[in-house]
Amino acid sequence: MMDVKRREFLRLAGLGATLGIGGKTLYEVVKGDEVLASTAHETHEGTRWAMVIDTRKCVVHDCEDCIAACHKTHNVPTFEDPKRVIKWIWREEFKGAFPDQNHMFMGDEVTDKTVPILCNHCDNPPCVKVCPTGATFKRKDGIVTMDMHRCIGCRYCVVGCPYGARSFNWSDPREAIKDIDPAFPTRCKGVVEKCNFCADRLSLDKDPACMEACPYKAITFGNLGDKESPVRAALKGKYTIRRKQGLGTGPSVFYIV
Amino acid sequence: MLEKALQGSKRYWTWLFVVIGFITAGVIAFLYQLQEGLGVTGMSRDVPWGLYIAQFTFLVGVAASAVMVVLPYYLHNFKAFGKITILGEFLAIPAVILCMMFIFVDMGQPMRVMNVPLHPTLNSMMFWDFMSLGGYLFLNILITRVVFSAEMKGIAPPKWIKPVIILSIPWAISIHTVTAFLYSGLSGRSFWLTAILAPRFLASAFSAGPAILILLCLLIRKISKFDPGDAAIRKLSEIVAYAMAVNVFFVALEFFTALYSDIPHHVEHFRYLYFGIGNATALVPWAWASAILSLGAMILLLVPKTRQNFSLLPWICVMVVVGLWIDKGINLIITGFVPNPVGGVTEYAPTFPEIMVTLGVYFIGIFILTILYKVAITVKEAEAA
Repeated sequence: MMDVKRREFLRLAGLGATLGIGGKTLYEVVKGDEVLASTAHETHEGTRWAMVIDTRKCVVHDCEDCIAACHKTHNVPTFEDPKRVIKWIWREEFKGAFPDQNHMFMGDEVTDKTVPILCNHCDNPPCVKVCPTGATFKRKDGIVTMDMHRCIGCRYCVVGCPYGARSFNWSDPREAIKDIDPAFPTRCKGVVEKCNFCADRLSLDKDPACMEACPYKAITFGNLGDKESPVRAALKGKYTIRRKQGLGTGPSVFYIV
Repeated sequence: MLEKALQGSKRYWTWLFVVIGFITAGVIAFLYQLQEGLGVTGMSRDVPWGLYIAQFTFLVGVAASAVMVVLPYYLHNFKAFGKITILGEFLAIPAVILCMMFIFVDMGQPMRVMNVPLHPTLNSMMFWDFMSLGGYLFLNILITRVVFSAEMKGIAPPKWIKPVIILSIPWAISIHTVTAFLYSGLSGRSFWLTAILAPRFLASAFSAGPAILILLCLLIRKISKFDPGDAAIRKLSEIVAYAMAVNVFFVALEFFTALYSDIPHHVEHFRYLYFGIGNATALVPWAWASAILSLGAMILLLVPKTRQNFSLLPWICVMVVVGLWIDKGINLIITGFVPNPVGGVTEYAPTFPEIMVTLGVYFIGIFILTILYKVAITVKEAEAA
C-alpha cells in the first residue's frame, strides 16, 4: 500500500525544488542521456501491475462480459444519458482508441471493430499530477487509484487524462445501481471515479474481474517487473501498442492488434 | 471606512435591492444544484468544465488588470492615474472574490474545499492558483485599506506600504500566468497546449480589464460629482488599444502554428470553433461574433479620432469587453473539450439553473463593487468639495 511518510517527504522535497511534477521535479524531467526514449524512465523493477489485451481474440466477438463483470463488482452506476454515463471499462472504436495508429487502408476487420479501453494506470499519470488534493495517487505497485473521501469534485483529473478514462458522478450514483454489492463501497455524488485495476481483488489474491469474466481469454494480467510473469510472456515476441504512447505517460495497458 | 456605504440616495438603495434580488435567485439555484448534484448543469463527461470555470478564467484577467493603473502610477509616476488607482484596486477585490466563488460553485463536493489547503499538493496548478489568488486578494485588501484610510485622514500613506504595492505588480501577472498554466500544461488537450496561452491571457486581460474600468469611470462621472479626469480615461483607452492589438496578434500566432503545421488534433479544435464539426456548430456564431467585435474594436481604438471621441468610447469598450468575454468566458474553455480524447463530439450548452447560479455569483461581485465604489466616491467627492 501507499507509503504516507514517503509521500510527505517527496512533497517537502518538492518545496525546495520549486515545482514538483507528480513526484518529479522539473530538474528530473529534463536530465537524462537517452534520446527518443519517452519510455526510458518507466518503472521496470519491483512491482508494476500491467494488462495485455489481445484484440485479435476480442474484436471478433461483440461481447461485453468484461464490462458487465467490472461494473457489477465495483457498483458502477448505470446512467443511460451519454452525458452522465459512468464507465470504468468500455468498448471504443479502434480509431478513437488509437487515433495515431489509424489509417484509411486498414482492413475492415480492424476499423469496424471496437476494443475495450480502461484506465491505463500510467507510470507517469497526468491525473495524479493535476489533482489539487492528492485524492488521486499512484501506489508503489503502479496502480493509480483514488481516495473518494478526499476528492473535492473539481474534475481537473477528468480534464487532465488524455484517455477519457475518468467519470464524474453528476448525480447520486446509488440510485442508479441495480444490486449493490456490499463487498465494495459505493460513491456519493460529486466525486470522480475510474478503474482501480481491481486493487480490491488483488489484495485477496484474485485476478481482475474483467480478466476473469472474459470467455475468450483475451486479457492477461501480471507484474511487469517480474520476468516470469504472464504479462511479460504475453508481450514477448509480439508487436504490442499502447494508447497515445507519444505523450510519455507510460500506459500499463498493452494491446496486441 | 465601510460606514460610508450605509448612507446613500434612493437610487443607490434601489440598485442594491435589485442586486440582492439577483443574488437571492442565484443562491436558490445553487442550493438546488447542491441538492441534486452538478447534473443540473449542461456539463457532461466529455465537457467537464463549463460556464463556471470559464467565468473564473475571464475574471482572473479582470483582477490582474488592476496592475495597468497601479504600474504607471507607482513605477512611472503617471499622476493622472492617482485619482483612479483606488478604482482599479477596488475592481480587483470583487473580481478575485468572484474567481474564488466560481471555483466553489463548480465543485462536486464544495464542503470539502478545505482539502486544498489541508493537503497541499505542489504538483497541481490548481493548488498554486488557490494560493496566488488568496495572496492577491490579501495584498489588495491590505493596500487599499492602508492607502485609502491615509487618504481619508489627509495624510501620506506609511512608507512600508510602497514595497507591498510594488509586490502586487508581479503578483498580478502571476495570478493570470498560473491560471493559463492550469490549461497549457495538459498533454492530452491540444487546444491549450501552447506556450502563448499565458501571454495571450495577459494581453486580453489588460484590454478587457481597463475597458471595464473606463466604463466604470464614465458611469461615475455621470452619476456622481467625482470626475476621474479626461487624462486618465484617455490613457486607459491607449492601454486598451495596445493590449487588444497584442491580443489579436497572439491569436493570429495560434492560428499560424496550428494551421500551418496542420497536425490534425491541433486543427480539429479550430475547425470546431470557427466552422463546426458536422452538425455540431454551437460555438460558431460566438466565435465569429468575438472575432468581429475584437477586430472592430481594435481598429476603432487604433484610430486616434475614434478612440478620443468620448461619446464613441463607451461603445468601443463594450465591444472589447463582450468580444473578449466570449473568447475567454465561453469559447476558449469549451473548445478545448471538443473533440474529446477519443474523437467524439459532445456539445455544451448551459442550463437555466447554471445561468442563474452564474448571474447570482456575478451579482455578489457587483454588490461588493457597489459598496467599495460608493465608499471611494463619497471620499473623493468630499475631497473635491
